[in-house]
Amino acid sequence: MIRILTVALLITTAIAAAAQSTVPSATVQTLEGKKVDTRSFSNDGKPIIINFWATWCAPCKKELSAIAEKYEDWRAKTGVKLIAISIDDARTMARVKPYVSGQDWEYEVYLDPNGDFKRALNVNNVPHTFLVDGSGRIVYQHNNYEPGDENELYRKVLELTGKK
Amino acid sequence: MQRMTSALRAPAAAAMLMLCGMARAQEGGQLHGNFSTDAQYYNEDEDIGAIVPRQRLAYNAWMNLIYTSGNFEAGGRFESYEPALAGYPAGQPYAGSGIGYRYAKYKLSDLEVTAGNFFEQFGQGLVFRAYEERYLGVDNAMDGVRVRYKPFRGVYLKGIAGRQRFNFDNGQVKGVGLVRGADAELNLAELLDSAWTAAGNLVVGGSFVSKYQEDRDPLLELPENVGTWALRLHYTSAKWDLYTEYAYKINDPNGKNGFIYRPGQGLLVNATYSTKGFGASVGAHSFDNMFYQSDRASPTPFDLNINFLPPLTKQHTYNLPATLYPYATQPNGEVSAQGEVFYKWKKGTPLGGKYGTKLAINGSVAYALDTTRLGLADDTTARQGYTSRFFTPGERRYFQDVNIELRKKVSSSWELALTWLNLAYDIDIIQGKPGESVVYADILILEGLHNFTERTSLRFELQHLSTRQDQGNWATALAELTFSPHWFIAAMDQFNYVGSAALEDKGKEPLHYPIGSVGYIRGGNRFQVNYGRQRAGIFCVGGVCRQVPAANGLTLSITSTF
Repeated sequence: MIRILTVALLITTAIAAAAQSTVPSATVQTLEGKKVDTRSFSNDGKPIIINFWATWCAPCKKELSAIAEKYEDWRAKTGVKLIAISIDDARTMARVKPYVSGQDWEYEVYLDPNGDFKRALNVNNVPHTFLVDGSGRIVYQHNNYEPGDENELYRKVLELTGKK
Repeated sequence: MQRMTSALRAPAAAAMLMLCGMARAQEGGQLHGNFSTDAQYYNEDEDIGAIVPRQRLAYNAWMNLIYTSGNFEAGGRFESYEPALAGYPAGQPYAGSGIGYRYAKYKLSDLEVTAGNFFEQFGQGLVFRAYEERYLGVDNAMDGVRVRYKPFRGVYLKGIAGRQRFNFDNGQVKGVGLVRGADAELNLAELLDSAWTAAGNLVVGGSFVSKYQEDRDPLLELPENVGTWALRLHYTSAKWDLYTEYAYKINDPNGKNGFIYRPGQGLLVNATYSTKGFGASVGAHSFDNMFYQSDRASPTPFDLNINFLPPLTKQHTYNLPATLYPYATQPNGEVSAQGEVFYKWKKGTPLGGKYGTKLAINGSVAYALDTTRLGLADDTTARQGYTSRFFTPGERRYFQDVNIELRKKVSSSWELALTWLNLAYDIDIIQGKPGESVVYADILILEGLHNFTERTSLRFELQHLSTRQDQGNWATALAELTFSPHWFIAAMDQFNYVGSAALEDKGKEPLHYPIGSVGYIRGGNRFQVNYGRQRAGIFCVGGVCRQVPAANGLTLSITSTF
């Protein structure tokens, strides 16, 4: 019991002292099979939305489809970029590229078949969305998707870009 | 000795965290993690054959912690099952509380070294994949050492060695077999730099994996080292994507193949074509004697798998097709094929209407491999078990699925989706229910989404499955009211009723499975409470399916990311 308490105490203090988080390093693949370090994600000092999804996840697809309708406006107004990280594994990863084309999405899509990036960001389940500011700090995150959540996310983007 | 190591574990963890703390002070490191729990209180409910464990309250809980500082990273996972949920995990039981996963890792320019637990895969995993599917209870994490090295632009080397997680008893319990492997990958677009990038990319890879397990069999002379190798090719261009991987395993007599001395092999091919608004894929594979576990006497097909044989069938998301009749790869022998098309009619076209219309068509089929049995005791066959014609389907069809989905936003506040599926399902083979006849089912699903306001929506699903086999017909209705971004409330009823005389004779009574849920989400935290009946269901990963028993009760789920 004392053991558990000591560890718990250490953990709590460590968390309390932890610095604000940045995007961790992990290797993901482009749809063309190139390896990319997630630390190299950039958008010229403008915010980035990192969205974890999968072809087998219905709410994920609803969220990305809902954003797709507004994405052009979002980009024009705030310069925000959405990076979609597919956690599809060996079973379904081959479906990602044709699916994305079939949806006519304009997102930057990467594959994380071994879950390295998912684990690095401590994602429990999909969909899970992170908003990263121009200097690479994670300023907002949201798990789950309900219709309308994309508006909340966009409000956060507007706050970041000072265009509220 | 065991006692001492566990006594040492806590101080070691504490020391590690303190070291982390000091390192943080110097370099400004980060500590992050997540937490997840599913707890259930079980009620008695004889009508549905609900399982009631002796301890009425059960839970699974996990907490992951990752500390990073510059090029250094360390992490661990605390797990607790006091006791585990009924039917969890898929393989050998988990019990108690403790550390189930811990590692340290550093990166120095092109070299990355991990000590402790890790997940990894070579290619599509035909010879090696260590992974976790937490909600299914599959975790074959390695415990040992991994080195990843990039000696030159576009060249990737990996080496792994260690033992696999077998189950959990106040800490990870490892399997008896040793697993060692190496993988090399050449990425031509990166190697040749920009010259190739415009036209396409070719990635070539190869791997070798070996397992070691002592031979203590009194009768058979078993190979103590079993090697497998695989080669893969992946070509991509803007529109095309071609992937193929071949794997070969030397003779590996084990409990799953009846201790035969026959080598195994597997081949998968896949091609996709994608252009704006259109995507298509075709794929096929064949596996022959490809069970590969680090313990030849592994008690279940869920434990200690070294490789992963991905099924080609679509992973459905609607409740009835997803959990009643999902397919699982048959590692001992299978030939399978699939095809899929995605299309979007653009806005403003006759079929696209004002908002566009999306179509998805998918079909897949899996057959037994064409084999001829040989006598086992026969000296001339040397315990080969059978002969086979690779990539040739046998007579027995395991599975067939044809499905079409149409999705359309019909007005600014309404979206509708219509799905039809037709299944043929060899329940005897896939779920291991000998003597049960093949299930033929038609499923029709209507999903609707209505937005009342920018924040409030109603989603509903009406599903119907008709079959004359197994449990008969199912009708499901679901309504989900969401208040973005924090709340949702949902109610679902699944109604099982008999549509054929044959099942009526078995005395099957119509049954309702009502369940209600409320959820609250705030940032990275999610809470959900369910109350009601849960139907027995099946979850599949790769080659195996976990059966979740019927239950009645209260469930609480929490997930949190920090």
